[in-house]
Amino acid sequence: MYFIRRILFLPPLMLLISFLAFGLVHLMPGGPFDRERKPASPEIERHLLAKYHLDEPILKQYLRYLNGIVHGDFGPSMKYRNHSVTDIIIEGLPVSLSLGALAFCFAMGTGIPLGFFTSIHKGKWEDYAGSFVALAVICVPGLVIGPILIMCFAVKLHWFPVALWGSPWRVILPTLTLGLYFTGRVARLMHEGMLSTLHSEFITTARAKGLGETAILVKHAFRIAVLPVLSYSGPMLADLLTGSFIVENLFQLPGIGVFMVNSSLNADYTMVVGLVLLYAILLLGLNLAVDFVHGLLDPRVRYD
Amino acid sequence: MIDGEHLSPNQRAWRRFRRNRGASVALLVLLGVVALILIWPLFRSAALAPILPKAMSHNPDAISDAQFAPPSWGNWFGTDVHGRDLLSRVCYGARVSLLVGVVGAVVSLVIGVLWGAIAGYCGGRWDGVMMRFVDVLYSMPSVVFVIVLITALNAVLGKLQTGPGGLSASTAGTMQFIGLFAGLGAVSWLTMARIVRGQVLSLRHRAFIDASRALGATHTRILLRHILPNVYGVIIVYLTLTIPSIILYESFLSYLGLGIQPPQASLGSLIASGAEQINPIRIYWWLIVFPSAMLALTLLALNFVGDGLRDAWDPRTETNFK
Amino acid sequence: MGCTGSERKADLVIINGPDPETLDPALATGIEDLRVVAALFEGLTRNDPVTSRAIPGLAERWEISPDGCVYTFHLRDNLMWSPGDPITADDVVYSWLRALNPLTAAEYAGQLFYVKNGEAYLNGRIKDPGQVGVHALDSKTVRVELNHPTPFFLDLCAFQTLAVVPRKLIDKYGEDWMRARPLPTSGPYLLDQWRLNDKIRLVKNPYYWDAANTRSAIIDLLPISAPGTALNLYQTGDADIIWDRDNVPYELTDLLSKRPDYHTFKYLGTYFIRCNTTRPPFNDIRVRKAFALAIDKRRLTERILRDGEQPADHLVPDGTANYDPPPGLGCDPAEGRRLLAEAGYPGGKGFPPASYLFDSSGGGGKIHQKMGVEMQHMWEEQLGVHVELKQMEKRVYLAAQSSLDYDLTRSTWVGDYDDPNTFLDLFRGNNGNNRTGWKNARYDELMDRANQEVDLRKRALLLKQAEIILVRDEAVIIPIYFFAGFNYYDPAKVKGIFSNMLDEHPMNDIWKAAAKNR
Repeated sequence: MYFIRRILFLPPLMLLISFLAFGLVHLMPGGPFDRERKPASPEIERHLLAKYHLDEPILKQYLRYLNGIVHGDFGPSMKYRNHSVTDIIIEGLPVSLSLGALAFCFAMGTGIPLGFFTSIHKGKWEDYAGSFVALAVICVPGLVIGPILIMCFAVKLHWFPVALWGSPWRVILPTLTLGLYFTGRVARLMHEGMLSTLHSEFITTARAKGLGETAILVKHAFRIAVLPVLSYSGPMLADLLTGSFIVENLFQLPGIGVFMVNSSLNADYTMVVGLVLLYAILLLGLNLAVDFVHGLLDPRVRYD
Repeated sequence: MIDGEHLSPNQRAWRRFRRNRGASVALLVLLGVVALILIWPLFRSAALAPILPKAMSHNPDAISDAQFAPPSWGNWFGTDVHGRDLLSRVCYGARVSLLVGVVGAVVSLVIGVLWGAIAGYCGGRWDGVMMRFVDVLYSMPSVVFVIVLITALNAVLGKLQTGPGGLSASTAGTMQFIGLFAGLGAVSWLTMARIVRGQVLSLRHRAFIDASRALGATHTRILLRHILPNVYGVIIVYLTLTIPSIILYESFLSYLGLGIQPPQASLGSLIASGAEQINPIRIYWWLIVFPSAMLALTLLALNFVGDGLRDAWDPRTETNFK
Repeated sequence: MGCTGSERKADLVIINGPDPETLDPALATGIEDLRVVAALFEGLTRNDPVTSRAIPGLAERWEISPDGCVYTFHLRDNLMWSPGDPITADDVVYSWLRALNPLTAAEYAGQLFYVKNGEAYLNGRIKDPGQVGVHALDSKTVRVELNHPTPFFLDLCAFQTLAVVPRKLIDKYGEDWMRARPLPTSGPYLLDQWRLNDKIRLVKNPYYWDAANTRSAIIDLLPISAPGTALNLYQTGDADIIWDRDNVPYELTDLLSKRPDYHTFKYLGTYFIRCNTTRPPFNDIRVRKAFALAIDKRRLTERILRDGEQPADHLVPDGTANYDPPPGLGCDPAEGRRLLAEAGYPGGKGFPPASYLFDSSGGGGKIHQKMGVEMQHMWEEQLGVHVELKQMEKRVYLAAQSSLDYDLTRSTWVGDYDDPNTFLDLFRGNNGNNRTGWKNARYDELMDRANQEVDLRKRALLLKQAEIILVRDEAVIIPIYFFAGFNYYDPAKVKGIFSNMLDEHPMNDIWKAAAKNR
């Protein structure tokens, strides 16, 4: 029931988000056609605005835009005028999705074991070494890690290509650059989740029942300890799937992360709103899924 | 333990914290960093400059002919493209970064914890409405939000500055600083709210909460005395994650040219310009190594201190010391 | 994903800088856009690969009337969009009128204002396109009437806005015509694919009149936004040519310039500072001059740019055709201090708060920021004046410039054609790109007289007098340096690139020599 209601809420929510996004981009000073070089006649600027209906009141523009969406048309990009927003997203999304999914798997696959490992060795050197690694990858930005990876593994050792998209071989360095940061975050959340679970009453109860330590750790503690990671995985996945500016920039990948930043910087109105809607759908869907799994894993949570 | 000695929870926590060697060292390092960046400007004063090595009294903004000089006796950390001393710029940048990180994190902490705890505790319709609001803001990619906020603010300040009797340029610079804090705080409280709410939601039906409710405790009391102390750990860990992430976010904005304005510097902007120097032909390694090391040192210290604080204040670790 | 595996390898891979915004000749404005447009669509003339001056394109010859105001172009015989579909004089007229049509909203329509009634048609004062001075006399002859003798008109005809576009396709698809496949073109290449942030693939156009001389059949253009990445791709052999200065790290120029791959040459572009002449303190000529005199331009070009850039003392770059530029103010801080004192600010005392506005772009090198930091220091040291640096996001910066909300601001101008007019025209009182608030009757009059002048030598003198007013007498702008053209390629491998003022390198002339032929 709870979930059906939340799903029913989605359309009005999206409407609200589209309106907010539309208003927000129009808050920005200037327009998409401001350039260093002005046209020879102010008339040209006027024609340009009229051509894209930017001379109309914002509300009218918004309604026009909504009308387009209803007919499946997100409009042309104001910057890349030979491309429609729909085309750009359809072309770029598979790249960002595959890269993001890989980075997610990498972060989860390394972060959860690392956090688990450090927590069961609490206070020992394994804990310090593991936690140090987890922190180090959080503390060094992708801006630094990316070029260093490229330098070592692509330029010097020739193990991987330096940039561009295409073969599976080309995906590895971007995945590492994108995923490492999240490895650190997942590991820390996992570590913390395990520690607080191990101190909780029901683990004590389980120990009292005489269950084996491995069974306690894996079957009981893990299930609860992973919840903060789960909460975090929704937004994390949405962030990863919609691309990363730095990684796409460094490796010259045709994803949509670059557009997210550039369209806002360029006041590419239609593009910004299109991308915001895409991000919103992904995020709301993922959050819904996360809450659903949360309910399954933790019987203490009840949705009413 | 001395029998009969009575200690307040805070004193007990402090005692526990001091016993944690890793955290104590980290705290010292952190205090050292803070002290260093606070007293650094004094080294340039007339009283101190003559007795200190010359390398310690460089002006971070002074341009010289010694462009891209590697670390030496005169410039311990070398110099940058304008021949400015990197050591002084790192100290200066660390100061700005810490300020941005701490203020941004505190903003996000206050809003996020209150919002998440109330939503999780009230549950039902309130939870729904409050979390949908968070969802709406969440669904704006934070990059878009921050860029719009900063550009709009920039334009407004530009206007204020030029009007008759307008702001001086440096006041406007400060205002922009504040805008940066506000923008970064405004995008990072949402995660905090979600995590706190998730924790509270799972605590809400625990036996001890039901018990205190049955005993007639007010909601405020239950929230502050029973629920929040139980989520301290997660909050502190998340806070120690928020400071670095805000500092990193600032470096990303600097990379886009929206962060700290030149000739000011933050660790992020120093790293962003240092990262440009990583290439297969020649690396001015000091430009990337020293700012990154300073950042990593500060953030590692922050994190270890956070861990130590959690262990010390977490009521559930009490048993270990009985 | 993974579609490149089965694809044919390109004959030539070029790193072209940011993605083009549009490849519609009428709408294109950016350098990256125009370069690709030039490979796809041709005009009556085209740029010579060696000198970049106009040579016959779709027109094989032309006559010019003695007063310099009427041009008659004769098209080639073997022009076609596709077999059985010839390119005619009507197509030329259509393309030009389309660029002038208000509904097209072509930002570069100003290139056609030299044509009689061109501006009036765009502004809607004339509704009948028949009154615009371009007519098809028959299917192979185009007659063009100009407002006044325009010595650079043939160069303009090679400009992409005036290129010839396929009317049938545009009538059929409207705004979306660039997305039609096949896309018939009038130039040496066809647009095979264009994926944003991935690549543009051009393939040889078999119907181009000079197709026999197209050297590379498939060309890939890579959009690159990080300079490090461009260099990495080049080093590992994934790219053959890098063009544009911003695509290689500035800090490496001193090393790269020693390699044979590094090619730099004079280029038609200037980096300068605009002064806001409408408000204190820069409404005082002495203050403007003092600021100009205090800048050590040589330090900027040698230490920050570190390339072939030359310090600039005037606006029109050295080497521009039909011109001999005047001397500028030079660097003389002592004289600057004297002038500043004379203006009432001895040693910078009492100087009101002022700021230097620049934008946050400037390529991977953040070059505007670096210039700002250096000049701030020079003014402080030489004049005792503290100038606040104001870095703004690009559009905010442009808005502030247009509304004269600044004191000093960084500016650039790149010439569209090889003639001083493309620079000096800017600072006429009524030019939308003036943006200094400066209006000078004598300057405007000199420019008008130059436009009417048929004798190129006399014209050059008039223009020179105008520039002296601009950069010396009134110091409205402070020229900083002239851009240098830049190409990075292995001369043993890549052939057919020549250095020229416009940095135009027609792609059909470029090819990669097979390694074994070396």
